[in-house]
Amino acid sequence: MYDFNFAPVFASFDALLTGAWFTVQMSCAAMVLGLIVSIAGAAAKTSGVRVLIALTNVYIEIIRNTPFLVQIYFIFFGLPALGVRFDPNEAALLALVVNFGAYGIEIVRAGIESINKGQIEAALAIGMSRLQVLRYVILKPALRTIYPALTSQFIYLMLGSSVVSVISATDLTAAGNDLNSVTFASFEIYLVIMAMYLVMSLLFSALFVLIQRQVFSYPVSR
Amino acid sequence: MIRDYGLNEFFFIATAIQWTLALSLIAFGGGILGGLIIALMRVADAKPFRWFALGFIRFFQGTPLLMQLFVAYFGMAIIGLPTNPWIAAAVALTLHASAFLGEIWRGCIEAVPAGQREASTALSFSYWVRMRYVILPQAARIAVAPTTGFLVQLIKATSLASIIGFTELTRAGQIISNATFKPFIVISTVAVFYFLLCWPLSLLASRMEQRFSRATTR
Repeated sequence: MYDFNFAPVFASFDALLTGAWFTVQMSCAAMVLGLIVSIAGAAAKTSGVRVLIALTNVYIEIIRNTPFLVQIYFIFFGLPALGVRFDPNEAALLALVVNFGAYGIEIVRAGIESINKGQIEAALAIGMSRLQVLRYVILKPALRTIYPALTSQFIYLMLGSSVVSVISATDLTAAGNDLNSVTFASFEIYLVIMAMYLVMSLLFSALFVLIQRQVFSYPVSR
Repeated sequence: MIRDYGLNEFFFIATAIQWTLALSLIAFGGGILGGLIIALMRVADAKPFRWFALGFIRFFQGTPLLMQLFVAYFGMAIIGLPTNPWIAAAVALTLHASAFLGEIWRGCIEAVPAGQREASTALSFSYWVRMRYVILPQAARIAVAPTTGFLVQLIKATSLASIIGFTELTRAGQIISNATFKPFIVISTVAVFYFLLCWPLSLLASRMEQRFSRATTR
């Protein structure tokens, strides 16, 4: 019978928490930067300029049809051959942003296309200012439409980010790898880390639902 | 001695595609079976089944695939089996695929108009008869496009098996990259192979999706 030994895992729990905090920070940073890429890409895709549309499509198809792991290897091991060098955490963030962007573009585009032109004209006709139109008629409904897709994409991003440990970025999984090389309690370590990821994704899901209720619920009465 | 990146090295990577494909097919085949069970449990009348299926899906969708692979790999030793990346990868990816396909297919089953379910209940069909002859055949049509889309995800996901030492396309690339010190060209080759595997399936999935949405919008 195997003796489970969780003691070394919990003795170094601080290191795992530090890693978890880094994973959250890196995921949030990647989400924000990835959204900027997504908005730029969606703007390019709806610009009507053929070259821009073609380039954006090439970017989307390449990223979507190759594994994230290969993308990280390419950025961290492949690009230095061309003289572009990153430290592991920079490469990890860049890979996450580039990957998120390819999925985000389609999400943002769906948001843009969900806006009814007639509503913008109607809002201007009843005397709303351009800023009010942008805020209440364009941004809020568009964000409401894409919010669920965006938040589940964030969870995928956070879980997928465990792969960046392969280039020894300092995330939660890498903290586990370090601990493993000292204690050899592999199963226990990765079981605990798996539970930590589960808690993180459940917490973020709950947080996203709360935000949705606060920000995007339809006004019942004014 | 540092090897050169020549035809031999190229073919070493190319032949590793078969292991990526084999692992994908095992996980996809197992996932179809497991996913069907999970989807049927998820829409079952008995609550414990629904709860189990929900928990199963939440667990596999809420934890990284890499951790699932690690726990499967290191867990084998704990239940007294010799550690084997083949079996660990196949088991982890099959369970992973079961959860995702289960959730995709639950959506497809629920997309079948409620009248169909009510009518078959009114005809006093049992759960199995209702599913087998009324709901599933209609859900299957809806499911083809998203299932193809998931197959692309799964092929890409098999690359993570390289981290627990399973020699497939990505690992073969790593081996050659380490031997030749030509990471740029080697990793690009690997990426092109994945692209050639996944892109046709992605195109097929989006074609089917478009055709289906055209057929169902009036």
